[in-house]
Amino acid sequence: MNQLVNAILVFLVLTGFLLLASSRLVACIRAVAIQGILLGLLAIAAQDGHPSVVGVLLPLTSAAVKGFILPWLIVRAMRDADTVREIEPVIGYNLSVIIGAVALGVSLWLGQRLPLPNQPTSFLLVPAAFFTCLVGLVLLITRRKAITQVLGYLTLENGVYAFGAAVALEMPILVELGILLDVFVGVFVMGIAIFHISRQFDHIDTGRLVTLSDRVP
Amino acid sequence: MLAMVLAPLIQGVINRTKAVAAGRVGQPLLQTYHDLWKLLRKGAVYSQTTTWVFRAGPVVGLAAMICAIALLPFGAFPALAPFAGDLVMAAYLLALARFFTVLAALDTGSSFEAMGASREVTFSALAEPALFLGLAALARQTGTLSLTSMLGSVSTAMWMRAAPALGLTIAGLGVVFLAENARIPVDDPTTHLELTMIHEVMVLDHSGPDFAMIQYAAALKMWLLGAVIIAIAVPWHSGNPLLDGGCAIAGMFGLAVVTGIIESSMARLRLLRITQLLVAAIVLSGLALALVRR
Repeated sequence: MNQLVNAILVFLVLTGFLLLASSRLVACIRAVAIQGILLGLLAIAAQDGHPSVVGVLLPLTSAAVKGFILPWLIVRAMRDADTVREIEPVIGYNLSVIIGAVALGVSLWLGQRLPLPNQPTSFLLVPAAFFTCLVGLVLLITRRKAITQVLGYLTLENGVYAFGAAVALEMPILVELGILLDVFVGVFVMGIAIFHISRQFDHIDTGRLVTLSDRVP
Repeated sequence: MLAMVLAPLIQGVINRTKAVAAGRVGQPLLQTYHDLWKLLRKGAVYSQTTTWVFRAGPVVGLAAMICAIALLPFGAFPALAPFAGDLVMAAYLLALARFFTVLAALDTGSSFEAMGASREVTFSALAEPALFLGLAALARQTGTLSLTSMLGSVSTAMWMRAAPALGLTIAGLGVVFLAENARIPVDDPTTHLELTMIHEVMVLDHSGPDFAMIQYAAALKMWLLGAVIIAIAVPWHSGNPLLDGGCAIAGMFGLAVVTGIIESSMARLRLLRITQLLVAAIVLSGLALALVRR
């Protein structure tokens, strides 16, 4: 059981690196989708003994939403916006991967230092969750395209979810459903926003949005 | 030793796999032996600008490889000269061979070879941490410091216990294997255009017996790194040395076939992307080490 959890977490970390290294948006979206599915599996695998019906159904629902519906929405937004790659991120891909390696080290160190109320199933759980959060933050900060930033936001949320699986095994259903709904609506709104940005300005480069203002020149 | 005889055959298997995948008949499996024999009968040509360093390069390279092979167990056969910590020795013998190849390349005074040398050093500087972290993870997992006892104690039971760590180690060492042996995602061994080559460009000026030594050393290096991977990936021990040895040899040829398939299905990466691949290898090995460290 522990091995299974470890394997899932390792794959989670690897998808994080894929996100940092890949310039192709489709690959990034696929990586986030895989993360969503992995997290669903993780939540089931992390439960000791006999999981309840709700305990299986809820992760499955979240895996379905994060692994299929959200990626589908983003792919549609991407097609509408006519972007295939993130062209020039603020930080290059090599440096992103190295930052990722440093972030992994920091997360591992942090995971050891952090006192937890109950022992998580795997010692890798907390570091992996932290690392996923950090990857999300790096994506949010360093990428220019709106779609990649949405992906960063989703990754950040995945990290939070993984942390939830680590610390609170029995998170209240309502809370989890609420988060899922929030994310769903968030991505939905962002998809529409991306569509409008790209129709209005013929690009989705957020760096250039700072020049917007109400003042008439 | 078995490795000395069989090592060139691995390249034959890789080439045959590539040929089959491309729908060709391909060169004979023993082509590398024929090449070596042909080169050994030829005379060597030395440029007037070169010094003794140029002549020492292939000799030191081959000697270092043979020493490294002597530290390597295969199947159920222990290494010729195992001692605690010989994994560091093996890794540095590889580095020594590389150092002399690079020196010999620089000694020719050709700008192309210097370019190849610079690339080789750049990429091996990144491949080496991946190799070391992978070996360190393995050493930690098995609790020993000698290649013989380390690779010998990987078993199916250990796979059940620590599959993620061992899988990561194999993945990390696999990238190192491809990078160090100048195989396709990193370097294309078949191209002879100087601008795209890494390893081949360094040995352009070597000829005759010197070149034979270089090629043979390259085959031994491939065998060395491959055998480490296979020892982890094929963990069954039957107790019968012949059966285990056969198992390991089959594993080596399996690895050669996999390499051939990778080469047929992938294009060479751009030079800028290679660093990314190697950093990924470091991360894979590092993660393996973090997994077993607890």
